[in-house]
Amino acid sequence: MTLLSDYNFIGVFVVVAVIFPFVALGLAWLLRPKKPNPVKTDTYECGLQTFGDTWVQFRAQYYIYALVFVVFDIEAVFLFPWAVAYDKVGLWALAEAFLFLAILTVGLVYAWRKGALRWQ
Amino acid sequence: MNFPQVVFIIASAIALGGAVGVVTTRNLFRAALFLVLSFVGVVGLFVLLEAELLAMIQLLVYVGAISILIIFAIMLSQRLMSSEFRAQNEQWLMALVTAVILFGLLLVVLLRVNWPTSPAEVPSDAISLLGQALVSPDQFVLVFEVASVLLLVALVGAVIIARER
Amino acid sequence: MDFILNFWVEFGAWVGDLLASWGLPEWAVNLIADFAGVLILLVMGIMAVLIFTPMERKVVARMQDRPGPNRVWPYGLLQALADAIKMLTKEDIVPRNADRALHLLAPLLVAIPALLVFAVLPWGPGLIGQDLNVGILYIVAIGAIHVLAIVIAGWGSNNKYALLSAFRVVNQLLAYEIPMVLCILTVILFARTMSTQGIVEAQTIPYFVVTPVAGMIFLVCALAEANRSPVDLIEADSEMVAGYMVEYSGMKFAMFFIAEYVNMFAVAIVIATLFLGGWKFFGLEDLAPVLTPIIVFVKAVFVIFCMLWFRATFPRLRFDHLVGFAWKFLVPLSLVNLMLGALVVKLTENLWGQAGLMLLGNVVMVAVTAFILNRAARRVREAPALKRIVAVER
Repeated sequence: MTLLSDYNFIGVFVVVAVIFPFVALGLAWLLRPKKPNPVKTDTYECGLQTFGDTWVQFRAQYYIYALVFVVFDIEAVFLFPWAVAYDKVGLWALAEAFLFLAILTVGLVYAWRKGALRWQ
Repeated sequence: MNFPQVVFIIASAIALGGAVGVVTTRNLFRAALFLVLSFVGVVGLFVLLEAELLAMIQLLVYVGAISILIIFAIMLSQRLMSSEFRAQNEQWLMALVTAVILFGLLLVVLLRVNWPTSPAEVPSDAISLLGQALVSPDQFVLVFEVASVLLLVALVGAVIIARER
Repeated sequence: MDFILNFWVEFGAWVGDLLASWGLPEWAVNLIADFAGVLILLVMGIMAVLIFTPMERKVVARMQDRPGPNRVWPYGLLQALADAIKMLTKEDIVPRNADRALHLLAPLLVAIPALLVFAVLPWGPGLIGQDLNVGILYIVAIGAIHVLAIVIAGWGSNNKYALLSAFRVVNQLLAYEIPMVLCILTVILFARTMSTQGIVEAQTIPYFVVTPVAGMIFLVCALAEANRSPVDLIEADSEMVAGYMVEYSGMKFAMFFIAEYVNMFAVAIVIATLFLGGWKFFGLEDLAPVLTPIIVFVKAVFVIFCMLWFRATFPRLRFDHLVGFAWKFLVPLSLVNLMLGALVVKLTENLWGQAGLMLLGNVVMVAVTAFILNRAARRVREAPALKRIVAVER
């Protein structure tokens, strides 16, 4: 269980790090005034009254950026073990990684040329 | 009741609690957040299995990227911030029946199969071994390259579907 | 004399012996030692906020030829304490229709990952919270939680400007995370290990000298991840007021800022670890290992000074320029750098040879990039006016 005992420290750290903001917020809760009134709890719109429903036009471009990010994130995740084992493998590992990166570069170039990376 | 068992119970509770939260809560956004909680529980399970690379990857990819994607997808498909931001599940009875049948099947499989277990220890340089396995010609190099093609296909498909007309 | 030179390690061992001699079982000794370590790291993180808040304001002010805060104690150095007292006593206003649980959750989720990074930062040969095998990946993964927290903050405010700003900030963070991870991969190629302590120990030559392109890209991405100028779109008053933080007041607002400064400090130490040689300093760490935390701190302060310098110097980038810069410039550049690194490491086994070849390759890359950009800029500049407007949009 050596690897699990490595994470003992992380576990203790997580517990303390979760408690700390609660303590800070609790301290603030004790010390601060509590006087809610309707004007204060209004939604902020640069000092004006809010017009109509709060709804926002969600542009599809946000979603495309997130999608491209997921693809490249997974690519990077595949490359982590390769990078760690790099000195123990022969020259073919270089070619294989080149192939891997080349295929994904083709994807990036395709997305670029089709305007998926352009903010409209 | 030794320490790994306690950790297992906590991690599973988080994962299962998150899953239960996903299907019971009314607010769609909170359902997405419960899903993220479930992912975090799975991270704990990976750590317990001494698969630390997978634990970190789960955190990085699922909590960091896919949950954002899910939340964005929710927002794309709904009128934001309207009071009717509720999960719609009118077919819950059918879903319950399917879930019970699936659970029964899984239980039967789990109890009947002779799962092969190895008493071997996880090697200390597991990540290096994994890296070597990913690129060595008689192990997983084909899977490695096919994975990149799969990612390319996903990217191209997404760009085509989402393109402005 | 030996005790003084190896002070931190000896002190830790002495405390461990003391606890064991009290007859506690081994798990209790470990738990108390862990707990003490956690508290020390947390205090260090919070001290960072107290030190760097006034430092930032004074440094930026001096660069703008004005005195900066100078009321609280001589030279305004306790400004952060005054800010903290102010934040503690402000009323916490939650908007009427906002989801209270989410409104509370967001500042917590922002502060916790910023603190968690300190567990794997190396301060010396034996001084690290926990030397995980996947230290660097842990740091990147913890940073990914920050992105989720911002979406929750934007949503939990029930304010369309907050939500809009949250989307834009999340896109910015996602765009700059890929070049960051690719630069880390380049460093791992040379260091052959993901553990932070291992990366420091593998740096006989600081990796900033070996691959300056990766260092600069990582610095820019770190700036963007920390939402610092010139990519601090949400803090710009004329843009989105306070962006996703607009409906937060009091301690919750302070949490966001504490998290930002702690994050900045942690990222500075990560840059010092990855690129500047960590706790090594031309052999000083062998003579006097007690000085290694100070070495790390000085390097981190240098990096933070560079960040503040960027803030005082460069104008803010527009959002589409920002994401375009990340996706179309930094990602291809770091991909090429990664391939170059892979090639160089396989070309020669000699460490100095690898470093020299990589440096040469980086210089060639910078020259080629400058050439390409020059050509593209000239093409835009010499086009007739109408075509110029269309060309810039591309």
